[in-house]
Amino acid sequence: MSQQNRLNKDKSSGFIDRDKTIHFNFNGEQFEGYQGDTLASALLANDQKLVARSFKYHRPRGIFTAGSEEPNALMHLRTGAYQEPNVRATVAELFEGLEARSQNHRGSLKHDLMAINDFLSPFLTAGFYYKTFMWPKAFWEKLYEPIIRQSAGLGELSGQEDPDKYDKGFLHCDILIIGAGPSGLAAALAAAQAGSRVILADEDFVMGGRLNNETYQVNEMHGAAWAKATLAELASMDNVRLMKRTTVLGAYDHGIYSALERKTDHLSASDIAYNGNKPRQVLWRIYSKRAILSAGSTERPIAFPNNDRPGVMLAGAVRTYANRYDVAVGQNVSIFTNNDDGWRTASDLVAKGVTVQAVIDSRDIHPVAEIAGASIEMGAHVIDTKGRHALQSIQLSNGKTYDTDCLAVSGGWNPNVQLSCHHRGRPQWNEDILSFVPSGDGSGGLPPEMHIAGAANGHLDLSSALSSGYELAKSLSKELGNASKVGGCPKAESESIANSAFWFVKTDTKSRSWLDFQNDVTTKDVRLAQQEGFTAVEHVKRYTTLGMATDQGKTSNIPAMAVMADNEGKTIPEVGTTIFRPPYTPVSIAAYAGRSRGKEFRPTRLTPSHRWAKEQGAEFVEVGAWMRAQWFSKDGETHWRESVDREVTQTRNSVGICDVSTLGKIDIQGRDAGEFLNRVYCNTFSTLKVGMVRYGLMLREDGFAMDDGTTARLGEHHYLMTTTTANAVGVSRHLEFCRQCLWPDLDVHVISATEQYAQYSVAGPNARKLLQKIVDPEFDISNEAFPFMACGDITVCGGTAARLFRISFSGELAYEIAVPTRYGYSMMKTLMQAGEEFDAVIYGTEALSVMRIEKGHAAGNELTGQTTAHNLGMGRMVSKKKDSIGNIMSERPNLIKEDANRLVGFVPVDKSEKLSAGAHFIQKGKSAITENDEGWMSSVAFSPSLGHSIGIGFIKSGHQRMGEIVTASNLLQGKEIDVEIVSAHFIDPDGERLRV
Amino acid sequence: MIINHPLLGPRDSSEFVYLGDACLINRPAWVGERTEGEDVNDAKTAEALQQYHDYVHLRQNNAGEHKELWYHEQGDRSWLVVTRNTITHEIYNVELAKDVALANKTARATQGGKK
Repeated sequence: MSQQNRLNKDKSSGFIDRDKTIHFNFNGEQFEGYQGDTLASALLANDQKLVARSFKYHRPRGIFTAGSEEPNALMHLRTGAYQEPNVRATVAELFEGLEARSQNHRGSLKHDLMAINDFLSPFLTAGFYYKTFMWPKAFWEKLYEPIIRQSAGLGELSGQEDPDKYDKGFLHCDILIIGAGPSGLAAALAAAQAGSRVILADEDFVMGGRLNNETYQVNEMHGAAWAKATLAELASMDNVRLMKRTTVLGAYDHGIYSALERKTDHLSASDIAYNGNKPRQVLWRIYSKRAILSAGSTERPIAFPNNDRPGVMLAGAVRTYANRYDVAVGQNVSIFTNNDDGWRTASDLVAKGVTVQAVIDSRDIHPVAEIAGASIEMGAHVIDTKGRHALQSIQLSNGKTYDTDCLAVSGGWNPNVQLSCHHRGRPQWNEDILSFVPSGDGSGGLPPEMHIAGAANGHLDLSSALSSGYELAKSLSKELGNASKVGGCPKAESESIANSAFWFVKTDTKSRSWLDFQNDVTTKDVRLAQQEGFTAVEHVKRYTTLGMATDQGKTSNIPAMAVMADNEGKTIPEVGTTIFRPPYTPVSIAAYAGRSRGKEFRPTRLTPSHRWAKEQGAEFVEVGAWMRAQWFSKDGETHWRESVDREVTQTRNSVGICDVSTLGKIDIQGRDAGEFLNRVYCNTFSTLKVGMVRYGLMLREDGFAMDDGTTARLGEHHYLMTTTTANAVGVSRHLEFCRQCLWPDLDVHVISATEQYAQYSVAGPNARKLLQKIVDPEFDISNEAFPFMACGDITVCGGTAARLFRISFSGELAYEIAVPTRYGYSMMKTLMQAGEEFDAVIYGTEALSVMRIEKGHAAGNELTGQTTAHNLGMGRMVSKKKDSIGNIMSERPNLIKEDANRLVGFVPVDKSEKLSAGAHFIQKGKSAITENDEGWMSSVAFSPSLGHSIGIGFIKSGHQRMGEIVTASNLLQGKEIDVEIVSAHFIDPDGERLRV
Repeated sequence: MIINHPLLGPRDSSEFVYLGDACLINRPAWVGERTEGEDVNDAKTAEALQQYHDYVHLRQNNAGEHKELWYHEQGDRSWLVVTRNTITHEIYNVELAKDVALANKTARATQGGKK
């Protein structure tokens, strides 16, 4: 029979649309539900009591709650790449074609092979892992870890890339109201009427909170009807944003909250296709001036032996399924309560025509109400339950036994204080409701400008919940200057919330009473932990894993504290609470990533000649965020070295062109620009002549090398600095720091111009000839008129503004020509066309690197942040005649000692050997151990010009050891090579080629 | 966090880069020209080294009120001195570092004059 537990249509709540039948699949079986159901309510309507297996003991488990606190009913939802594990059936909206599978069992759900663990439970107690997997040590990797990995976790990931889209968004409001139950709705209405900009967020897909689950009256109408009317009014107001399906996850600094909105989780595949590109979820960052936490309360269970059987549920959930979802979770329900609210479940069920077998109240008082047809057992409690896959009977302390298929348990209600504690505030014990409430204002700990309303603040009865939300919103709005006239406070009767401190059934038997259902922690485990010395609440938590599951102990923490208090002879507030941290409910990592996935994790920067390079078939390499051409393969070249060797050889023989636009360009202007550069570079710049370029080395204040590059003096008060590609941003930041924080009296301004210019290196003996073809004839770039290290503004191709710098990284006669970025593509094309007659070659970063190593120029591998000017052989550049960053600290005795590492060149003794970067230098005959370490090889290349491998690196007193043979030891490759110390200037050591 | 930029109003902290203790503004004064090959252990250099050692390596690490440097890199490139409570993240004051540096310089000059 389909939906056999559905109540008659005449008992309908109006939340279920019986005209819209929805088909879904659970563990391969087809079921039907209705529009408005959750997966949990539909499963219960179809009498599916057993829906899950517990984590550790693989105990049969049923649906326990009707909300986001659910510990048991975790499922796989959807299939294939869309499969999502650990979805709580109680918050998963039913949609057509939904496919759900139970998780954490081997074999079928009913016959789980891992259920053997339940019989092994005496061995699987608290701290089992710590005690068992200690020895023998060798077993860990081979045996224990694989077994633990196999058993760990509940659901399974699909293993495929998540095909959904996720987004992030930002919202602003005067008042953020968290939770749309009675107090939240009353607050939203008052705040909105007063004129505040309001965001009302609720995790449910129907707002109204417990008004929808219960039968209380507000303003003389059914609570749910009042909620609906209020929501309609709010929806019509421009200053209100209603956000259902939105869980506020965390409270951050300065009124910022994070919230997850589920946009398409409730839609069927065809609906999602219809909705096109909509993101599945949106992670919101909400900026609020004030926040009202009206998150309500969560019912807590009572611990008694075998209280985890399918059919044992929270009493509030049982009446929610009846009142909102028209589902009788049992045909023969019993109630076990320690408070008056539990009786409400009994009377609601009777009103819905559900048989109530017995009401068991731990208090020995006069019965709270008459419940038609039910036995009343006062001063009694449940001491055991029976039923393997579903509850069959309960046994009472007074010796009676009842056959029952559902036991509704109520241990009282806990305010949802979580968000109020996200700034490490500790909640306070409230003896009236026997639970913790948020710490009051002024006592510290509450997030600033967060205020608490309703049940979340301990106002468990409806009347005071409504008025607390209303009054709070009114006064906060007034504070913010929003004082329009507000309607009256919604009114309701004040129901009894009388309760008692009955937390768990004391038992001497070996039977187990569950506290944390999801992580299988029982009262015995807590006791054992405390016996073993783990008495602090944070220690008990970690030793037993209590409250550490995906539900974060929403139903288990307080009963567990009661057990700890009892064991220790303390009160619950003396035991104390653990720290609450975001997120309130689990969030998929994909939502945190948003759009920042794969290639979109960060921006990709393309050089001005990227399109051209792509057309030439370049291999690209990521350099920071940049994509740079690494080499250009020509037909017939099968190995990258062939391409690189060709590019180097052709450049050195004729001319080569390379895009160097990625180097940082910083424009520096002002009357004190020269003085400014004197202070940021270790060498002097104020003496540089206009129209000339100088190499500069920049130190950090601690005396180590920070960055290097050339700086051109374009005018009396105008310089253009270049930085390495990697440090472009950092140097810019550093210059701003120097300018604003250190020398605010200097007249100087700096701005990055990196992306404003396409800059190409033209290098090789024919470089000038090539450039003369495109530089407009009025500009004389002959060696005499435009010598080495000259620079200047020119025009090219008949009037296009450009800059020319005669600088060389390759060691050849070389220029760098810069044009506005928009001409980058055509400039590259023009250069290559003009170069055809010289057999000009385009070269990439590999050839660039080979040529700079051949010249012994330092680059990123040498400027590691651990090398000094002295190490780099540039100690004399550090001027002592002026102040500059790092000037003083670079003179620390240990940094300038005689036997410090020096940058020199290395060649293999056997020229056929290949050097390796990272190899360490050891004196010949000594063993390769740290004590004998004399330095390291920083960069290596095959030099096509020399025909063998070359390297540069740092070695103790290197400059005084020319010709010495040392061993280059690479322990990672298990390789030792004899190398000779040589000058790092492998090519043209006197720099003659530069100056022709 | 939200930083109330003196020029641009409230801005999200994600637009900023954090540096640390605002004492980095107070860079020791230049010790004056030294001749090549001068003994690094002479008194003047030794004192300068000690001052720089303190400046470069020693930081306040207050639990509570702390003045620190933030850089509005995704904005107007201002360096700011933010007075923040490191426990509660409450921000008491935000100033342009340039203003703070100029004020410090003036104060130092006045003190020097008194000597």
